[in-house]
Amino acid sequence: MTIPVITQLGRMVLALMATIGAVSAFAGRAVQQTVRPPYFKAQIARQMLEIGYYSLPVVGLTAIFTGMVLALQSYTGFARFSAESAIPNVVVVSLTRELGPVLAGLMVAGRVGAAMAAEIGTMRVTEQIDALKTLSTDPFKYLVAPRLIAGVVTLPMLVLIADIIGVLGGYLVGVYKLDFNDATYLRNTIEFLQFQDVFSGLVKAAVFGFLITLMGCYHGYTSRGGAQGVGLATTNAVVSASILILTANYFITEAFFAR
Amino acid sequence: MTVPKISLRGVTKSFGPKQVLRGIDLDVATGESVVVIGGSGTGKSVLLKCILGLMEPDAGSIKIDGEETTRLGDAERNRVMRKFGMLFQGGALFDSLRVWQNVAFGPIQSDGMAPARAREVAIEKLANVGLGPDIAELFPSELSGGMQKRVALARAIAREPEIIFFDEPTTGLDPIMADVINELVVKCVSALGATAVSITHDMASARKIGHRIAMLYDGKLIWQGPVGEIDHCGNPHVEQFIHGRAEGPIQMQVRKL
Ligand SMILES: Nc1ncnc2c1ncn2[C@@H]1O[C@H](COP(=O)(O)OP(=O)(O)O)[C@@H](O)[C@H]1O
Ligand SMILES: [Mg+2]
Repeated sequence: MTIPVITQLGRMVLALMATIGAVSAFAGRAVQQTVRPPYFKAQIARQMLEIGYYSLPVVGLTAIFTGMVLALQSYTGFARFSAESAIPNVVVVSLTRELGPVLAGLMVAGRVGAAMAAEIGTMRVTEQIDALKTLSTDPFKYLVAPRLIAGVVTLPMLVLIADIIGVLGGYLVGVYKLDFNDATYLRNTIEFLQFQDVFSGLVKAAVFGFLITLMGCYHGYTSRGGAQGVGLATTNAVVSASILILTANYFITEAFFAR
Repeated sequence: MTVPKISLRGVTKSFGPKQVLRGIDLDVATGESVVVIGGSGTGKSVLLKCILGLMEPDAGSIKIDGEETTRLGDAERNRVMRKFGMLFQGGALFDSLRVWQNVAFGPIQSDGMAPARAREVAIEKLANVGLGPDIAELFPSELSGGMQKRVALARAIAREPEIIFFDEPTTGLDPIMADVINELVVKCVSALGATAVSITHDMASARKIGHRIAMLYDGKLIWQGPVGEIDHCGNPHVEQFIHGRAEGPIQMQVRKL
């Protein structure tokens, strides 16, 4: 009775180890191709547009409502001990340190990670990746590296914009609903904000950009077995990127702020 | 004795417990056109991918121009790959790129040709396969199956390779288009003076394209010989295949429902 459970558990651990090994090997090869010239500039530009520009609407909407709800929630909490003046600061610190990068990361994982896995997976099952190799083009260089570069560079920019939009959301609720003085709200926002708050969020964003694109590329590249395989790759890319984002988020926070 | 362009000895390849290739010996002379025939799923595509280095064989030797090519490093592999052109079974055109960019991909990305010049080359190669410059700006998904095959053929010959592989060039085409493709294949190979290995299960195509035919069955090449000899080769497997009979030594694995 207990033995099958243990066998099962053992198998799962082994499978997990094998996956970690495969992903690490993939990441190693990808990074190697990423830092080594030549660079496919047109590909990088295309991916930056895809990851950054086309994610703006969804990330912007997420950010503005998050900022608004933060202001509202902290008001209902802080009003109990007359600490309303802390609201602008709570909003901006929560956004820049945590919610900006994490929510933008999760949104982009859903949008871009899935699309990447689907595109590369389709190229895999229709032999386009083999075709690249026969034309003496390294698929890591042509497909994977531009996506990684675009992810690492673009996500911090996206998060910076999300931070600003989120603060604007908090400001709107603060001034028009909670009757803050607009100048006071802005002063309180900026006064206690530290460089570290914004910087740590941008570091997170760069790491999340790497994880999202790595998962999209890895699951697409290793997909097999036709349309069903590509579908599975898409799901796996989003799920694994999301879990990795939340895990990495904790450890980066600890590295920055644990005393 | 001249060195064969391609020489295989004892090549084997398995996927898990499934042995697909069980010891392939094959020599292809420079300028020769060999056609490999065999049923679906017998490992014909796997054989080509092993020779190209897209798959690593489990054992055996693969020599190109006398040079051993199993277990080459990346840079070495690229150098050898430069000799090859490949027409994939499904075309494998890059669907995010325009037709001319597909054809010009090798010249631009790998050989560093200027895009304007590569575009001219692409238009010229498209003309070689009977396609006008008007389709150069289209995307592959906007073309019919026969046109896609021709674009894929143009891409395969764009770098003027020494060796060209054709994986089922006529599968899925109507008989007339199939014959058009057969003629293009013959024309392109002779124009380049290339060595060719083609895969097909279409006997009309095999007879037209090949100088020599080899039959793959159960992981081995069970018969090889000049095209003219295939009709009286005396091998029951080959005869069953070329006459397309359900009865014979080759048993299709049809599962009872
Ligand atoms: N990458 C792979 N992984 C596992 N099995 C494969 C792979 N490629 C091919 N096979 C198996 O090898 C066999 C031969 O395939 P293939 O060479 O494509 O056949 P065909 O002769 O029709 O071209 C098939 O049974 C296929 O399932
Ligand atoms: Mg095949």
